Amino acid sequence: MKDFINRIGLPRFIIIIFLIFLMALAIYLNIPLSDVITDILVRFGMNAILVLAMVPGIQAGIGMNFNLPLGIICGLIGALISIEFKLSGFTGLFVSILIALPLAAIGGYLYGKMLNSVKGQEMTVGNYVGYSIVSFMCIFWLLAPFKSPELIWAYGGNGLRVTVSLESSTSHVLNNFLAFKIGKVTVPTGLLLFFAIFAFLVWIYSQSNKGLSMIVAGSNAKFALSNGIDVDKQRIKGTVFSTVLAAIGIIVYSQSFGFLQLYNAPLYSAMPAAAAILIGGASLKRATIVHVLIGTILFQSLLVVALPVINVIAEGTMSEVIRVIVSNGIILYALTREGGSAA
Amino acid sequence: MIVPIIFLIICIAGSFFTGLPFSFLFDEMVIRLARNLILVTSLILPVITGLGLNFAITLGAMAGQIALIIITNYSIGGTTGFFLSILISTPFAILFGYLVGRVLNKAKGKEMITSMVLGFFANGIYQFVFLLLCGTLIPVKNESLLLSNGVGIINTIDLANIKYALDRLIPVTKYPIATLLVSLLVFLFLHFFLKTKLGQDMRAVGHDMEIARVSGINVDKTRIISVIISTVLAAWGQIIFLQNIGTINTYGSHEQVGLFAVASLLVGGATVERASWKEALIGTFLFHLLFVISPLAGQNLLGNAQIGEYFRVFVAYGVIGLSLVLHAWEKNKARTRLREIKE
Repeated sequence: MKDFINRIGLPRFIIIIFLIFLMALAIYLNIPLSDVITDILVRFGMNAILVLAMVPGIQAGIGMNFNLPLGIICGLIGALISIEFKLSGFTGLFVSILIALPLAAIGGYLYGKMLNSVKGQEMTVGNYVGYSIVSFMCIFWLLAPFKSPELIWAYGGNGLRVTVSLESSTSHVLNNFLAFKIGKVTVPTGLLLFFAIFAFLVWIYSQSNKGLSMIVAGSNAKFALSNGIDVDKQRIKGTVFSTVLAAIGIIVYSQSFGFLQLYNAPLYSAMPAAAAILIGGASLKRATIVHVLIGTILFQSLLVVALPVINVIAEGTMSEVIRVIVSNGIILYALTREGGSAA
Repeated sequence: MIVPIIFLIICIAGSFFTGLPFSFLFDEMVIRLARNLILVTSLILPVITGLGLNFAITLGAMAGQIALIIITNYSIGGTTGFFLSILISTPFAILFGYLVGRVLNKAKGKEMITSMVLGFFANGIYQFVFLLLCGTLIPVKNESLLLSNGVGIINTIDLANIKYALDRLIPVTKYPIATLLVSLLVFLFLHFFLKTKLGQDMRAVGHDMEIARVSGINVDKTRIISVIISTVLAAWGQIIFLQNIGTINTYGSHEQVGLFAVASLLVGGATVERASWKEALIGTFLFHLLFVISPLAGQNLLGNAQIGEYFRVFVAYGVIGLSLVLHAWEKNKARTRLREIKE
């Protein structure tokens, strides 16, 4: 038993036990399981690409990319522009992504350059650079020259709305694509397929020569250097991939959520993604697609199951409290473990 | 000294556009200095001990709020209530500080990000205790403190009983003389403390942990004591802050404490490795001057007060981000140079 706990890690063990306990409680309380499973599938698809964005960063050796908000803001800009041009459905979705891609690539490149000059402090620096960018963009959202009535306040007021409804544009296009029902459970096929494509791309890349040199650069910089790998370049590459995935991730997230969230919403967006991949078994030095899958499923299941169960037995805000404790607890655990000197 | 000078220029230019009378600004600044100085000062010791900026002073603020909630529960007010709350908060703060110190010792080299996540994590626990356990497991005598269903503490607690308890202790002028005197005492305490053996040990540990260990200093213990003192000062600082404000936002008052205190200290010209009472004083003054004038300046310059509001948040995050980048950059440069000399 002790061996088993050691292998999967104590926090993961606690989370799994807690999840099983909640599931049992849900069944006992007669909460319809089909709804719960549908929710888990949707929330998995919504969040998985954002969690996936953590992988290239960890592989390239910059640790957890706490500057996810940078990519997210690029994604939001893409989505806003596509709404401004009244695009909807799949056209809207792909145009959003197409606009966001170059922005995220440039942003990621510059940020990667900066990270190379602050080696060893990437996470602390990244976190506050992310916060600065988000708060700077708050001013941008106020002043941005968008005209579409979907985007700006209806009566007076300055700047963009705090939440922009996607009802008339891209809301649920992926969720509804090829969706089917098994019993009462709805499977959001398009959403899951879309994630599968990106997961496959990241996986293929990490198996390729180029991907391997990135992983080597991340795990042992000196060894990589002696093999003629340009470590700084690999780190920039990882940062760019991470930022681009974050941009795509937020577009997918928003179409499923039905709203774009602007202003302070991206501020803490890196925390749940970091928590999810760590719950999946990643460390500050090593992350794979499997960690993304397991982590996102566990973390999102926990949140989805906790909500109705806790609504029955206690206050509604409790599931938010559980989210805060679990996600920050797991990050704390990873930070205080031996090894992984980079911060 | 370049940072405070830039800020001074921004502040002077900004106050020119606000058109506020000098006497109003002066009064406002005296009040703000009095209520924030101790919180900012609480950051100095961990910086000297080499722990960087202790974002976990949030836990100290929580200890202060716990004490205030306890005295409100027993309806003890006035000067007695104030000093009692200081007394009650101290053991909590010592305990929290000890725990924070233990965790930070496990995360050497990444103390800052760890202390920040620790703040978020503790916030989750705090919400859990005050939303769910109060009124159920923890008996609350004063029913006006509880939410309407009898479980959980209300969102805003009125501190009318204790308002200005310290500020008006010496009712000579309209200014909070007693509070300023207490701040002065804390400065003096720090000044003399740093001359003692323990204070010198802290400097040594901050300078180089290895050398300190070789010369017989118990590094881990010294670091823990430094964090404990910081946390206790933060608890007292938060009580002094709240007795001036007059209400507690139960689930929000402590959240921004770390951010604003850290930003204040950095604006004063402190770095991750160097801070003293001078930087605390100059920084608190400049940061809060900016706080007062930026919404009005935004209104008058750009016709939108909200821009000024977002601007000051941006400044808080931006100044932390920038100084972290500069610090890590310089350290990195020094390390590369050292390696070149060795080779």
